[in-house]
Amino acid sequence: MKFGVIVFPGSNCDHDCFHVIDKVLKQPVKYIWHKETKLKDFDCIIIPGGFSYGDYLRCGAIARFSPIMEEVIKFANAGGLVIGICNGFQVLLEAGLLPGAMLRNKNLHFICKFVELKVENTDTPFSSGYNKGQIVRIPIAHNEGNYYIDAAGLEKLQANNQIVFRYVDNPNGAVDDIAGIVNEKGNVLGMMPHPERASEDELTSKDGLVVWESILKGFSK
Amino acid sequence: MTQAQIKITLKKTVVDPQGLTVKHGLDSLDFKGIKEVRMGKFIIIALEENDKQKAKAQAEAMCQKLLANPIIEEFQVEIM
Repeated sequence: MKFGVIVFPGSNCDHDCFHVIDKVLKQPVKYIWHKETKLKDFDCIIIPGGFSYGDYLRCGAIARFSPIMEEVIKFANAGGLVIGICNGFQVLLEAGLLPGAMLRNKNLHFICKFVELKVENTDTPFSSGYNKGQIVRIPIAHNEGNYYIDAAGLEKLQANNQIVFRYVDNPNGAVDDIAGIVNEKGNVLGMMPHPERASEDELTSKDGLVVWESILKGFSK
Repeated sequence: MTQAQIKITLKKTVVDPQGLTVKHGLDSLDFKGIKEVRMGKFIIIALEENDKQKAKAQAEAMCQKLLANPIIEEFQVEIM
């Protein structure tokens, strides 16, 4: 299974994602510079965390118009698997591939710590390896993770079972404790926690590895 | 030449954690009678366009496409 990691100026979790796919999941992976205009021969696209374009204007707002994003949008609309982590989630929201927007954390702090998540939906290509209701430990590191969607949008997310991860103890003020959602079709995931930082024993949690293993297992079927 | 002065604020229905914190700061400095503080962005764009109406249309298009996020923000454009 071929993975691609998009690199924007200011991305800083690109190497972590690359490392996990290459060394832990042991699958082929390539970096894709944001100026590229073709996405050929990839089975899963990762939009990594970081501070694309310095988080200027709004997180992800400028990255969303990088040339490669048009291809990512096409890829997603054609059913390709896309996972956006942290800043990657923010980019997906700005691109309209996922509904809602991010506000500053309620307490205005940049929060960097392990948090507990409840797995709400295991019927996605990204979470099929978890058990429904399972509590997992995966770190967050963000300043704008306070997920916002209006009441009608939230109802839709709930009705379509699009909420994949919820915070056990909401750290940032996110609506309905939302930590990660999929699009309606279920092929695009955005999550604030960093599964790539919890995929090896050395990192004190391997709970994030299940995300990568789920993706691979679904593909290999 | 015209100048677009653009104000972007969070929608009234969206909680503004920055504004709340600044209000708290002002309250604790004993400034009385503050009902609410809302934070926002102020953007100045120098435009080549001389026609004010056209300039306004340009600036509004910029807001809709990039400068503001309609899910959480609203904007006001003034042409000087």
